[in-house]
Amino acid sequence: MKIIQTDLLCIGAGLAGERVAIEAADNGFSVICLSIVPARRSHSSAAQGGMQAALGNSAMGEGDSPDVHFADTVKGSDWGCDQEVARLFVDAAPIAMRQMAFWGVPWNRVVPGEQTYYKGGKPFTAFEKPENEGLIHSRNFGGTAKWRTCYTSDGTGHCVLYTLDNRAAQMGVNVVDKVEAIALIHDGDTCMGAIARCLKTGELTAYLARATLVATGGFGRIYRESTNAVICDGGGLIAALDTGVVSLGNMEAVQFHPTGIVPTDILVTEGCRGDGGTLLDKNEYRFMPDYEPDKAELASRDVVSRRMTEHMRKGLGVPSPYGDHLWLDIRHLGEHHIRTKLREVDEICQSFLGVDPVHQLIPVRPTQHYSMGGVRTNKDGAAYGLKGLFSAGESACWDMHGFNRLGGNSLAETVVAGMIIGGKIVEFLKGTETTFSTAAVRDAMNKQTSRIADLVACKHGSENPYTVRNAMFDSIMKGAGIFRNGQDLEKCVGELQEILGRARKVGLRSNGKGANPELTMALKIEGMVKLALCVAYGALKRTESRGAHTREDFPERNDRDWLTRTLATWADGADLPTLNYEPATHTFEMPPGDRGYGGGKIIPMNG
Amino acid sequence: MGRTLTFNIFRYNPSDPASTPHMDKFTLDETERMTLFIALNRIREELDPTLMFDFCCRAGICGACAMVINGRPGLACHTKTKEMPDEITLMPLPVFKLVGDLSVDTGVWFRTMYQKIESWVHTDKKFDPTAQEERMDNGLAEQIYELDRCIECGCCVAACGTALMREDFLGAVALNRLARFILDPRDQRTEKEYFDVVGTDEGIFGCMGLLACEDVCPKEIPLQEQLGKLRRKMALAAVKNILPKFLKKDF
Ligand SMILES: Cc1cc2nc3c(=O)[nH]c(=O)nc-3n(C[C@H](O)[C@H](O)[C@H](O)COP(=O)(O)OP(=O)(O)OC[C@H]3O[C@@H](n4cnc5c(N)ncnc54)[C@H](O)[C@@H]3O)c2cc1C
Ligand code: SF4
Ligand code: SF4
Ligand code: FES
Repeated sequence: MKIIQTDLLCIGAGLAGERVAIEAADNGFSVICLSIVPARRSHSSAAQGGMQAALGNSAMGEGDSPDVHFADTVKGSDWGCDQEVARLFVDAAPIAMRQMAFWGVPWNRVVPGEQTYYKGGKPFTAFEKPENEGLIHSRNFGGTAKWRTCYTSDGTGHCVLYTLDNRAAQMGVNVVDKVEAIALIHDGDTCMGAIARCLKTGELTAYLARATLVATGGFGRIYRESTNAVICDGGGLIAALDTGVVSLGNMEAVQFHPTGIVPTDILVTEGCRGDGGTLLDKNEYRFMPDYEPDKAELASRDVVSRRMTEHMRKGLGVPSPYGDHLWLDIRHLGEHHIRTKLREVDEICQSFLGVDPVHQLIPVRPTQHYSMGGVRTNKDGAAYGLKGLFSAGESACWDMHGFNRLGGNSLAETVVAGMIIGGKIVEFLKGTETTFSTAAVRDAMNKQTSRIADLVACKHGSENPYTVRNAMFDSIMKGAGIFRNGQDLEKCVGELQEILGRARKVGLRSNGKGANPELTMALKIEGMVKLALCVAYGALKRTESRGAHTREDFPERNDRDWLTRTLATWADGADLPTLNYEPATHTFEMPPGDRGYGGGKIIPMNG
Repeated sequence: MGRTLTFNIFRYNPSDPASTPHMDKFTLDETERMTLFIALNRIREELDPTLMFDFCCRAGICGACAMVINGRPGLACHTKTKEMPDEITLMPLPVFKLVGDLSVDTGVWFRTMYQKIESWVHTDKKFDPTAQEERMDNGLAEQIYELDRCIECGCCVAACGTALMREDFLGAVALNRLARFILDPRDQRTEKEYFDVVGTDEGIFGCMGLLACEDVCPKEIPLQEQLGKLRRKMALAAVKNILPKFLKKDF
C-alpha cells in the first residue's frame, strides 16, 4: 500500500484550495494539494467577471464600505446566510484583493478623468478622481448598491488562479494533479486524510494528513445542463457524505442562469439582455413581456430562468437533438454593437456554435450555475462531524451566500475564506497532534480496493454508469430544477431512490485498467445520485421560497418557520439523507427585511 | 446535416500490458452544432467506454482539450464538426508524456517549466495588510494581462520543431511567461537574472524562429513579438554579461 504523509492535505487546487495551502506553507507546514486536472485548469479559471471587495476607488464605487457590502450580501442571501461569517468576509475582502495585487495579479486600475461606461445598453460618463489614479478599479455586477467588482479584463479567475499557483510553487506546496480523492480516511471521530486514485495509472494511494481540507468546488454536474466545468461533479462532497457523520448544508439552494448556450451550456453574459437582447420561443415570439410586463428580459436571473422554464413546459420551446431550448435574439443591436460591446458573446457564438449572432438566433436555456450548498462548516471552516476536516470555497457551506450568492461574491469568497480558514488551520496544526490509526487506513484502503474489484467483476450487477447518470439527469432537472412543487419533488425523490438502487448495481464493460474513464464514472455515480437526493429531498421538505429555492406551492419566504439551514447526513445503507435544521444565523446585525427585488411575500419571524 | 462522420482515433493504454498503439475507427451521425467535445463524449458513452481524452471547461478557457486534429494542434472544445471533412483524425499532442489515447500529461511539463523560470514575482518587500495597494498604470496592467492570457494548452509546444528535438527546450510559452515578469515592475529581478534563466539553447537561443508556435496558439498570443523582443534584450544582456568578465581577465 502506498502511503504519503503530510501536515495539510488540500483536496482541490482551485482558488480556495491553493489559498489555504499557501497560508499553511507560509507557516512552515508541509502541504499537498490534490487535483483532478492541473491546478491551473481548475474551474476557478473560467470566472471572467470579477470579485467583490469594497475598495471604493472608482467613481461608481464611491462611498462604498464593508458595511454596504455586508448589507448587499445579506440581502442577496435572502437572509439565509450566517451574518457573522458575512461580516468576517466583507471586512477581509479588501485586504485579500490587495494581497493578490502584491503577488502579481494585473488588476485593472483607475484611469483619471472623464470615462465612458455603459448601463442598460446606454453610455454615460463618470469622472474618475485624479487622486485615485492607479488604484484598483471596479465594475458593475447585479444586486449591489455600488460598483465593487475588481477585475482583470475578461480573465479574472484565470489571472488570480495563475498568480496563486505561482505563489504556491514558490512556497513549496506540492500540487499533485490527475489524482482524484475517492474517500476520506477517518474513525468516525477524526479525519486522517484520503484515499486517492491516480488518473494516470489507476493506482491508489493513502494520503495521511493532520488536517484535511475539502476544496473541490461546485457539484453542478449532477444536472445535465450546467455552466460548470465537466469535473465539477461533487467528488469532495461525496467523500464527506460517505463518512456518515459530516453534514452538508443547504443542498437544495442551487442557482440557475438564464442563458447557457445549447448544446454545451457555456455561459453568455447577462450583458446581452442588459443591452436589449430579447428571448423568443419556437414561433419566434417574444414571450417575456407576457410574464413580466415591467422588466421583461431584465428581471433578475432567477425570475427570468423561471419564466423560461414555465414557457418551455407549455410546449413552446424549440426542439433539438439536445432537448428543448429558447432563442436569444440580439440581431437588432446591429453589427457594430455586437462585434465591439458584445465581443465575447460574438466569439462564443462563432467558436462554439458556428452561429453568427449578427444574423442568427442564439439557442439558450436556463442552466445550473452555482451550488450554494456544501460541506457545512463553522466560521473557522471546520466541518461539522469530524475533527481535522475543513472545507472552503464553493464546496463549503461556510455560509455567506445563504440561498442566493451574488455575482462576484464567490470568487472573492475563495481567497478570503482561504486566508481566514488557512489561518485557523495553522492554529489547529500548531495545537494538535494526530495519531494515525493503521486500522482505519487499512480499512479505508481495503474498502476502495474491493469496490474497484467488484465493479470490474460486475459483482453487484452490470448497469451502465452512463445510463444511470442520464436517468438522474432527467429526473433532477424535471423535479428539482428552477421551479419546484410538492408533487414533482415527491415524484423526483421516488425516482432518484430507484436510480440509487441501480447506481449500486453498476458494473464495467471494460477491464478498468489504468486511467480508465468508465471506472472513474462508476466510482462516483452512487455518490452523485446521493447528492441529487440531498437536493431534491431538502427542497421537498423546505416549504417556502427563499433566494434561488422557489416553491410554486409555497411562494412566500417564511421567516417564521424557515429561517433555518438544512443539514443533511447519510447513514450507511440508507436510501434517503437524514435532515436536521439549525438557525440560519446566531447573530442579527441586520434583521430580516425585503430584498428590494424579486418581489414575493414574506411571513415575518414572529408572524 | 445528415452526414456520417468517421473518426480515426489513436489508441494506446500504457498501463495495460495487452494494449498496443493503433488507430480505431468510430462513426457517428452528425448533429446540429456538434463540436469535438460532443462527439468524443458520445463515442465514449455510446461506443467505447475506455476512450481516454481530456476536457474540463469545454469553453476554450482552461486549455485541457488540446490534441492534434487532422494534423494540427488545436482545442477540441471549439472545433466544430461542420467545419471539418467527414473523416477526422485525432492524435494526442506530441512532446508531452502520454497518459492514454488522446490524453497527455501537461501538468508536469508546465510545472517543470515554471519552476525553471521561477514564474512568480521576485521581491524583497513584505505585504502590509494595513496599507493601500501600490499603484499601477492601467495601460501597463492591460499589457501584462495580454501576456498572462496563455492557457497552457501546449499547442505551441507540440507544434515546435525544437521542442520535438530537445526535451529541455523551454518553448515559446516560457519565454512569453518570462516576458510578462520583465514587464511587471513588481518583479525586481535584474536583466542578468532573467538572462541566466533563458539566455541559453534551452531558451531563447534554441528557437529557430519558424513561428509554428504562434500559428497554432488558440489565444492568439503575440509569441513572435515576444520572442523577437526577448532575443534582442537577451543578446544585449549577453554582451553586457560577457564584457565585464572579459575585461577582468589579465592579459
Ligand atoms: C462560467 C462561470 C463563471 C463564473 N464567474 C464568476 C465571477 O465572475 N465571479 C464570481 O465571483 N464567481 C464566478 N463564478 C463562480 C466561481 O468561479 C466559483 O465558485 C469558484 O471559482 C470556485 O472555486 P473553488 O476553489 O471553490 O473550486 P474550483 O476552482 O472549482 O476548484 C476545485 C478543485 O478541486 C479539484 N477536485 C474536485 N474534485 C476532486 C477530487 N475528488 N479529488 C481531488 N481534487 C478534486 C479540482 O481539480 C479543482 O482543482 C463563475 C462560475 C462559472 C461556472
Ligand atoms: S519560433 Fe521558436 S518556439 Fe516557436 S515553434 Fe519555432 S522554434 Fe519553436
Ligand atoms: S502560448 Fe498559446 S498555444 Fe502556447 S500554451 Fe499558451 S495558449 Fe497554448
Ligand atoms: S476544455 Fe477547456 S479549453 Fe477545451
